[in-house]
Amino acid sequence: MSADMLLNLEEEVSMVLFGVGFTMLLLHRNLIKKIMGMNIMDTAIYLFLAAKGYIEGRMVPILTDGIQDASAYINPVPSGLVLTGIVVSVSTTALMLALTIRLYERYGSLDLDQILMLVKKEEEQP
Amino acid sequence: MSFVQNFPFFSIIIAMFSGIISSVLPGKKARALSVAAITVTTLMSAAVLGFCMGTGESYTYMMGHFPAPWGNEIRAGVLEGLTALLFGIVMFLSVLGGMRDVAEDIEPSKQNLFYIMIDLMLSSLLALIYTNDLFTAYVFVEINTIAGCGLIMVRQTGRSLTAAIRYMVMSSLGSGLFLIGLSLLYDVTGQLLMSPARTAVEKIVAEGSYRIPVLVIVAVVSVGLAIKSGLFPFHSWIPDTYGYATPTASAVLSGLVSKGYIFLLIKFFYRVMAPLNVIHSHIVNVLFIFGVAGMMIGSLRAIMQTDTRKMIAYSSVAQIGYIYMGIGLGTQAGMIAAIFHIFAHAATKALLFISSVGLYKASGGKTDFLALRGAGYRNRLAGIGFLVGAMSMVGFPMLSGFISKLLFATSALQSPHKMLITLIALAVSTVLNAVYFLRLMIGLYRPARSGTYVEPKDAKARAEAGREAANPWALRISIVCFVALNLILGLFSQPIVREITEGLAMFE
Repeated sequence: MSADMLLNLEEEVSMVLFGVGFTMLLLHRNLIKKIMGMNIMDTAIYLFLAAKGYIEGRMVPILTDGIQDASAYINPVPSGLVLTGIVVSVSTTALMLALTIRLYERYGSLDLDQILMLVKKEEEQP
Repeated sequence: MSFVQNFPFFSIIIAMFSGIISSVLPGKKARALSVAAITVTTLMSAAVLGFCMGTGESYTYMMGHFPAPWGNEIRAGVLEGLTALLFGIVMFLSVLGGMRDVAEDIEPSKQNLFYIMIDLMLSSLLALIYTNDLFTAYVFVEINTIAGCGLIMVRQTGRSLTAAIRYMVMSSLGSGLFLIGLSLLYDVTGQLLMSPARTAVEKIVAEGSYRIPVLVIVAVVSVGLAIKSGLFPFHSWIPDTYGYATPTASAVLSGLVSKGYIFLLIKFFYRVMAPLNVIHSHIVNVLFIFGVAGMMIGSLRAIMQTDTRKMIAYSSVAQIGYIYMGIGLGTQAGMIAAIFHIFAHAATKALLFISSVGLYKASGGKTDFLALRGAGYRNRLAGIGFLVGAMSMVGFPMLSGFISKLLFATSALQSPHKMLITLIALAVSTVLNAVYFLRLMIGLYRPARSGTYVEPKDAKARAEAGREAANPWALRISIVCFVALNLILGLFSQPIVREITEGLAMFE
C-alpha cells in the first residue's frame, strides 16, 4: 500500500488539491478566495492530466531525428486537454473577477454574505 | 452522404458566428440576427429529425477528417433531432415573448450583448445535444455557463449581480467535478469519444478491474451535472437566478439550460457507461432519492412564496426533481418519462415565465400575489396563457404535464422497489402543485381588493396604464404558440413517446 502511495505521488497531490480548491470555492465567504479556490481546483485537474500523460523515459511528442515510432514519445492528448482547459478556466476566472469588481464597486465588500445582506437592505428601502 | 447530414454542424456554427457578428451590431440588428439564427437552426433540426426518422438510424459526423479514436465527432439521431427541434422552438418563442422587456430592462447600448449571449447559449445547447466527444461537451458546458451568467447579470440590479455570482460559483463546482470525471475516464479507458469509451468501459467492467474508479467516474459526473441542473440540495441558486433575470433569460435558463445538462447526463449514461453499469453502481438510487426530495421541498417552498416569479422558480426545483426521479427509476420506461418531462417542462415553464410578464404589466409592474388580483381580467390573453401553463404543471388532462405524470406513474409500476415511493411522491407533489398554482389562478380571477391594485383615476393616466398593459404582437404570438405547443405535447403524445423510445434505442 505505502509503496503504491509513493508511486502515484502526483495523482495523490492533485486529488488533495482538488479537494482543497473545491471546498474553498464552496465554503469560503470571500469572493477573491472563492476564485482562488476555483483556480486551485482547475490546476489540480491539469496536474492530474499532465501526470497521466507523462511516460517515464520518453520524449516530448515533437518529431526528433526522424523517429517515427510512436512508442518513443509521450502521449500528447492530455497536454492538449490541459491547454484547452487552461483557456476555459482563464475565461471563467475573468468573468468571475469582473463580477467581483462590479459587486465591490457597488457594495464595498468582498464578503458574499455581507453583500447579500446589503442587497436585501437596499431592496427594503423604497 | 446526404447534405442534410451536415446540418448539426452547420447549426452549431451558425449560432456561434451570429453571436460573434452581433458584437459589432447595434441592438435591433443583433436581435434580428439572433431571431434569424434561431429560426434557421430550428428548421435545420427539423430536417435532421426528418432525415433520421426516414433512415431509421443515427449517424456520426467526422470533424476534420481524423478517424475515430482521435478525431472529434458529432452524432445525430432521432432523439437528438427531436430535442434540438423542441429546444429551438422554445428558445424562439421565449425570445419573441420577452423582446419588450429586454428592451426595457437593459441599457440601449448593451442590448446587443444580451443577444450575443442568446446566440452563444443556443450554440452551446446544440453542441451539448449533438456532440459525441466528452471533452467537447466539457468546453461547451463552460460556454453554456458563461452565457447563462451573462444572461442573468445583464440586468445590472444588485439582486441579479449576486444571483449571477452564486450561479457562477455553483456552476464552477459542477464543471470541476465533470472535468475530473472525464480525466479519470480518460485515465482508465484512454478514450474521450463516446463510442470507443463505451467499448473500453464494457471491457473493464467485464474484467472486473478498476471497479472503484468506474464507480467514482459515474458518481462524480452525475453529481457535477446534477449541481449544474439544480437538483435538490444544490438548488439554492435557482430562485434568485430565475426570479430576478429578465423574462426571456428566466424562460431560457429554467426551460432549456438545466435540461441541456440532464440530456448530457442521459447521453453519458447510455452512450458511455451503458445503462446496466449505471444501475449496478446504485447512483440511480441516489438520484432517485434526491429527485423525490426535490419534488417535495421545491413544492413546499413554492407554497411559502408571495412573489409570483419566485414561486415559478421554486416550482422549477420540483420539476427538476421529477426528471431525476424518472432517471432514478433505472428503467427504460422511467427514462422515457424523464425525457418526455424534459420537453413538457421546457414548454410549460417558458410559457409561465413569458405569460406572467403580461400579468405584471397589467398590475403596475408588481409581481406579488396581492397586486396580481384580477390581472386575468386586465390582460386576458396572458391570463389564459398562465392558466394553461399552471394547469399543465398541475397535470390537467389534454396538457403536456398530464402525460408526463401518467408516464411516470406507469413506469413506476415496472420497478417494484420504488413503485410505492414514486406513486406517493407523485400524488403528494401533485396536490402541492395544485395548492400553489390554484391559489394564484383563483387570485387572478378575483376582483382587486382595495389597497392592492388601483386603477388610475384620471383618463390620461388610465390610457397610459392601458397602453402599458396592452400586449405587443410578439408577446401575443409567443403565448398562443406556447399554448399550442403544450396542447400538441399533450394531445399527440403517442408519436412523440414512440420517437423518444426509438431515439433511446439508437443510443445503444
